[in-house]
Amino acid sequence: MSQPAARAQTKADGRSPRQIVRLILPYAVLILLTILFVAPLLWMLSTSLKPNYQTTQFPPSWIPKDFSGEGYSKIFTTSSQTPVLRWFLNSVIAATAHAALVLVTASMAAYALARMNFRGKNLMFAAIVGTLFIPQFVFLMPNYLIVDFFGWLDTLLAVIVPGAAGAFGVFFLRQFYLSLPGELEEAALIDGANRFQIFLRIILPLSKAPLATLAVLSFLVNWNDFLWPVYVLFSPQNLTLPPGLSILQGAYNTNYTVIMAGGVIASIPVLILYVFAQRYIIEGVSRSGLKG
Amino acid sequence: MATQGIEQPEVRAPKKHSGGRKPTDPGTFTPYLFMAPYLVLFLIFIAIPAVFGIWISLHSWDYLLPGKPWVGLQNYTDLFSSNSSTSEPFWNSMEATGKFTLYSVPLLVIIPLLIALFLNQEFPGRDFFRAVYFAPYVLGVAVIGILWRFILDPNVGLLNYYLGVLGVSENIPWITAVPWAWISLVGVTVWWTLGFNAVIYLAGLQDIDPALYDAAKVDGANRWQRFVNVTMPGLRPVLLFVVTVTILASANMFGQSYIITQGAPGEETTTAIMYIAETGLRQFNMGVAAAMSYVLALALLIVSVVNFAVFRNRGD
Repeated sequence: MSQPAARAQTKADGRSPRQIVRLILPYAVLILLTILFVAPLLWMLSTSLKPNYQTTQFPPSWIPKDFSGEGYSKIFTTSSQTPVLRWFLNSVIAATAHAALVLVTASMAAYALARMNFRGKNLMFAAIVGTLFIPQFVFLMPNYLIVDFFGWLDTLLAVIVPGAAGAFGVFFLRQFYLSLPGELEEAALIDGANRFQIFLRIILPLSKAPLATLAVLSFLVNWNDFLWPVYVLFSPQNLTLPPGLSILQGAYNTNYTVIMAGGVIASIPVLILYVFAQRYIIEGVSRSGLKG
Repeated sequence: MATQGIEQPEVRAPKKHSGGRKPTDPGTFTPYLFMAPYLVLFLIFIAIPAVFGIWISLHSWDYLLPGKPWVGLQNYTDLFSSNSSTSEPFWNSMEATGKFTLYSVPLLVIIPLLIALFLNQEFPGRDFFRAVYFAPYVLGVAVIGILWRFILDPNVGLLNYYLGVLGVSENIPWITAVPWAWISLVGVTVWWTLGFNAVIYLAGLQDIDPALYDAAKVDGANRWQRFVNVTMPGLRPVLLFVVTVTILASANMFGQSYIITQGAPGEETTTAIMYIAETGLRQFNMGVAAAMSYVLALALLIVSVVNFAVFRNRGD
């Protein structure tokens, strides 16, 4: 379209070019940002599907010229030093067990702190709040020795249990329980239900959404945890994916299709989780911010 | 307050039901049963280590040696004396963490705010874009690290290729030389965690009462004036939270250096956490490493106090 024609048309729409720019510019920015965030991830996927010799050819082919399962088949078939499938399984077990442990312990403690009065409650709450301000890295040395004392070094228990002592879940659920109306419990108490029955039959069913949020966040944090597993897991068959990927990078050096295939395998479960539980994740994050 | 509604006087549970006791009854054992599972974890992995860590730092604690002699404050004084072998690399690593914090925090406070302001407008597809910008954050540092290590590779990486297309003829050593290594680490971290801060800002923005904007409009305030006089004051607690959390996260920086630069060039990008973990959990000098972690914690405490003081003063 020639310029005058374009101008004529905008006039017909009753919009000046300036208005059109104002209309389009935000979307241009949004799309540019989208590319910035998505392109690296697509590059990982694309590289993982190429034969290795094509991974470093330029100009880059975003859609592989030849699709190849080389990267994935190397990962699935080889070696005792980089058993990626085993790492995947370990990560699934660890993150699931961790999330379950957090849900059980945090929901019970949060319920007691929110809905019951008992001797020592304020002291316990103050202790839990007080330790929130101690940065995590201070626990590195002592917890390494404690985990060693239990004989958990180089086992999945080392990455499942200690992290569940964090207070986030307790605070998060306590906040929710405080907001529940008390009438339901009163009625149940009059009917002779005890606290455990109330907790299981009334409180937990009411807290599906915050429990789901906490479960998803705990799973994600554990799945992605890097520093701690790097140091407490050593045997190749006992690693979770994050320390494993770092080993994979060292072992395959410039075999980018294998390394990126490892990255894709580590990403798929959390991205699927993100797509389906996005509401919980984003809400959990934003609420944690507002509380602070 | 905690049991509001349950304690109301008209509620009188019949005595014959044992479970119907008043929930505040101090004789009941039930609350402790509810607390017990979490308290066990809390005691073993938080309360005890918080004290045990100090104990370790007062010993020459080599994990591999049977004897762990008491050395008092020597692990600490060594860090401040120039003739000990640990003091120089430790302070270098502290400097690295400080630099990283200094470079990354302003970017991670400002850019997500701009994006959040942008996303706070009504337009179709808003939730989709918010989800896309947050997406990298759900991936762990290990995935982000190996991916960007590849993209940043000076010879075969995408970044230098596209810079070449744009006319940059030299191969920039993104990983092996300063300042490029810092630019890479900061850039990757911003890319990775920006969505987290943006989501928190966005929630804060949506909590600001729209009536305040309307009132400001009636008073003839323009966009900028509304931002300064309505948005910023409304956002103050969230801003404090974002700054605090971002400083803390930067001080904890480990994985990016570990995977992307491996601390190079030299020890330039070896962060404090990296040096502490290597000293304590690879070389097993745990006493020294514990002392270092407390020095880092103290430094962080000072920064936080200053940060809070600044925010408080602004408020008055």
